Amino acid sequence: MINALQSLGRMGLNRLKSLGQAGILLYRVLFCLPNIRKGFPLVVQQIYFEGVLSLSIIVVASLFIGMVLALQGYHTLAKFGALAQLGPLVALSVTRELGPVVTAILFAGRAGSAVTAEISLMKATEQLSSMEMMAVDPVRYVISPRFWGGLITVPMLTIIFNMVAIYGAYLVGVKWLGLDAGVFWSNMQSSVEWHSDVLNGLLKSLVFGAAVSWVAVTQGYFAAPSSAGIASATTRSVVYASLLVLGLDFIMTAMMIGAW
Amino acid sequence: MHSQKLLESLVGLLILLATIMLALLAFKVSGLTNFLPAPSFHVNAAFNDIGGLKVKAPVKMSGVQIGEVTRITLDSVTYKAIVTMRIGNDFNDIPDDSSAGIYTAGLLGDNYVALTPMYSKSYLKDGSQIEFTHSAMILEKLIGQLIYKLSGDQHATSEK
Repeated sequence: MINALQSLGRMGLNRLKSLGQAGILLYRVLFCLPNIRKGFPLVVQQIYFEGVLSLSIIVVASLFIGMVLALQGYHTLAKFGALAQLGPLVALSVTRELGPVVTAILFAGRAGSAVTAEISLMKATEQLSSMEMMAVDPVRYVISPRFWGGLITVPMLTIIFNMVAIYGAYLVGVKWLGLDAGVFWSNMQSSVEWHSDVLNGLLKSLVFGAAVSWVAVTQGYFAAPSSAGIASATTRSVVYASLLVLGLDFIMTAMMIGAW
Repeated sequence: MHSQKLLESLVGLLILLATIMLALLAFKVSGLTNFLPAPSFHVNAAFNDIGGLKVKAPVKMSGVQIGEVTRITLDSVTYKAIVTMRIGNDFNDIPDDSSAGIYTAGLLGDNYVALTPMYSKSYLKDGSQIEFTHSAMILEKLIGQLIYKLSGDQHATSEK
C-alpha cells in the first residue's frame, strides 16, 4: 500500500521534473539567443530541412484535403440548394481550422520526428557532451536553430497549405462539378474576413509551430542515450506534439470566438 | 550536404512562395480591398426600422453594387436609425431626391440598401441626406398583421 503510494508520488515528481527541465530548455532557447551572424546560417539550414523538404507532403496533402472537402460539401449543400455557399464553406474551414491543425500535425510527423531523432542520436553518441567539452553551448548551436527554424517554417507552410487547399476545392467545385467560378470566389470573398479568419488562423499556426518544435527538441535533448531511448523519444515526440496541437487548438478557438 | 548558397536560395524560394500565397489569400480569398479605399463620398439616410442591416452591407442601385454601409447609429431625438453609406465617386450623378429602401437578398439572405433614382437635376454629394426611405420588411410583423386580419375577418363573419 505504502509502496504503491510511493511509486505514484515518484511518478508525479518525475513528471514535474521533466516538465521543469523542458521549461528551462525553452527559456534558454528563447532568451539566450545565439550571435546573429553565426546563428543565422544555422537557422536557414534548419528552415531548409524542416520547411523546403516538407513542402511536397504539405502540397499533396492540402490539395487532396481541399478536393475532398469540395466534393463532400458539394453533395451536402446540393440537398439544401445552397451550392453558392461551397466557396465560403471550404475557405472558412481551411483558413480557420484545417490549415493550421493539419499542417502542424504533418509537420510533427515529417520534421519534428526527424529533429528528435537527430538530437537524441547526437546525445547517444555523446556529440552533445563533446561540444560542451569544447566550450560550444549545444543549446545555442544545436537546439536553438532547430526551434527557431520550426517556429518560422510552420506559418509559412500553413499559408501554402491554405491556398493550395482552396485551389484544390476550386478544381473540384468549378472545373469538375461545374459550379460558376464567379459565384465561388465572390461568395468566398464576402464571407471570409481578413483579420478574424485568416490572421487568427496564422496566429494559431505560429503557436503550433512553437509547440511542435518545443516538444521535438525537448524529447531529443532529454532522451535516454540508447537505441531504445531514441525510438521511444521519436514516438513520444510525434504523439505529444499531435495531442498538444489538438488541445491548444480547442483552447485558442474558444479564446478567439469568445474574446476577439 | 548541400552548399550553403544553394540551401539559402531554396529557403529564399520558400519564403517567396509563402509571400505570394499570403497575397493571394488576402486579395483573392478574403477580398481585402480596403487597404486603398476607392475615392468615395458619404450620404446619410434615416430609417424607421433597419431590420437586420449590418455594417459593410452592400448598397445597390438596379442590382449593381455602388457602395457599402459604413455606420449605423440611432438618432437620440427622433429615434430613427441613421445609416451612413459610402458610395464610389464613379456614381456621383445620383439624383438627390432618390429613395432608399432596405431589402433582403433571397428568402433567407442578408439585408442590403437599394437606391431608386428619381428625376431631380441636382445630385447627391458628400454629407447629403436621402429624404425618402422605406423601412425593412420584417417578416414577423407581416405575419402578425396577416393573423390579426384573418382573426378579425372571423369575428366579423361570426357576428353576422
